This record gives sequence, C-alpha cells and structure tokens, in this order.
Amino acid sequence: MFNLIIFLSLLILGYVFGRMAESRHFKSILNREEQLRDILTFNERTLPPGYEQASGELVGGNVVISIDYFKQISAGLRNLFGGRVSAYETLIERARREAILRMKQEARLKGASKIINVRLETASISKGGQDQIGSVEVYAYGTALIPTP
Amino acid sequence: MDEYLIIRNYIVIFHEVKYKIHEGVDTVILTNIEAVPGKKIVQHLGMVQGNTVRSKHAGKDILAGIKNIFGGELTGYTELLTEAREEAVARMSQQAEAIGANAVINIRFSTSSVAAGAAELFAYGTAVVLE
Repeated sequence: MFNLIIFLSLLILGYVFGRMAESRHFKSILNREEQLRDILTFNERTLPPGYEQASGELVGGNVVISIDYFKQISAGLRNLFGGRVSAYETLIERARREAILRMKQEARLKGASKIINVRLETASISKGGQDQIGSVEVYAYGTALIPTP
Repeated sequence: MDEYLIIRNYIVIFHEVKYKIHEGVDTVILTNIEAVPGKKIVQHLGMVQGNTVRSKHAGKDILAGIKNIFGGELTGYTELLTEAREEAVARMSQQAEAIGANAVINIRFSTSSVAAGAAELFAYGTAVVLE
C-alpha cells in the first residue's frame, strides 16, 4: 500500500513537473531559434560561395536531458503494445534543438555567420542497472565560418 | 551493485589523481571539414587523437536520480561532458603540436560507455601543416 502511494505520487510529480519543464523548454527553444535565425547551418562540407577566404573554427554545443518518471513509465507501457513512443521523441527532439542552439550561440560569440559540416551525435548515458534510457546526450558540432573584413 | 560502486569510485580516484586542466593549444586551428578556409595545406602528418574517460561523482549521480523524476536538463552532466570533450580536444591538439602541425582538420567526435557510469570521449582528426 505504502509503495503504491509512493509510486502514484512520483507519477503525479513527474507528470506535472515534466510537462511544465517541457513546455517551458520548448518555449525558450522557439524564442532562441528566432534570435539565432541569421546563423545558417549546413551539413555539407563545401564552402558556400563568397566564403573562400573566411576563417574557420570548430564550434560545438552539448546538452544532457533527462526523462521524467511519468514518461519513463508510459514508455515502458508502450513497450508492451509497440508503436510510437512519443515520450522519447520529444525528449530527443528537445535535446537536438538545444544542442544546435548552443552551437549557434558559440558561433555568434565568435562572430560567425554560417556553420558548415554540422554533425550531430547522440549518446544515451546513465543506462543504470535497469535497461532503460534515463537521459540522453546530444552533441552538435561544425565549422563556423567567420567572414574576414 | 557493490562492485559497480567500487569500480566507479576507483575511476573517480584515478581520474582525480590524473586530472589536470590541460592548457588548450591556441595556435592549432581546428576544423571538421577537409580544409582550412583561406589557408593552403602544405603537408599531411597523419591522424592525431585525444581521449578521456570520465565518470560523474556520487553527489551528481544522486541529483541526477532526483532529476530523473522531474525531467529536465542535467546541468551537472552537461558541464562534465563539455569539460571532458574540451580535454580530449586539448590532448589532440597537444599531440598535433608535438609532431609539428599547426592545424587539425576533419575532426570527429565519438562517445562510448566503457563501464556503467563512465563514458569515454574521443576526438580524432588529421594533423596538417599550413602555409
């Protein structure tokens, strides 16, 4: 009985705070994406025209995002039936967009206007004892092109 | 579970002994494309690499466990991995400088979990001499 109460309260806590954190995060991502819209990212390796004399520098951004308890349970239930695991979809989407934003911010600090050869790398960390994804790390990196005056 | 903790503590101690903040080599130019824009490559010196194995300490682990209930960013881990990646890159550029290169091109990063609770961060690229 006591265990059930703990379980349910964790579930409710996870649901409430997880949702809050997620909507707040998405809002801030949209906001910052708008601000950093002028820094263009490409995943091709060739230099865009007009940037042959620019100087290039490696930039990167990473983020570790954790899943909440409610989603962990709901994803576990989803495993029984199969299909889309939207809980993890949004988690990884948030992580990717955040990592790209941090990379762009670093590029902005260096005065760059374009980032080429962007690569994204995902690693699930803290797999823990139970075989489940607790948190996911995304690292985005690329070569920032700083136009020479 | 116990061996897991012992191993992890061992890694932490090992790491703390070995760990010193590497002075990044500022003179080495880093890119992840096959060229350095605006510069000409005169000589290729082969692959250079840098790695580091990191483990989070128990305090951060507990905090992360709590965060696993509420969801959200694990800033402790983010910082840890940023730092670790910087170190891997610093080691790579030191190696490049040691063989007389002044740039590293085509850099790739890779992460692998060596043991539970520890991650290896690995950076590699081609050392080149620029004009």
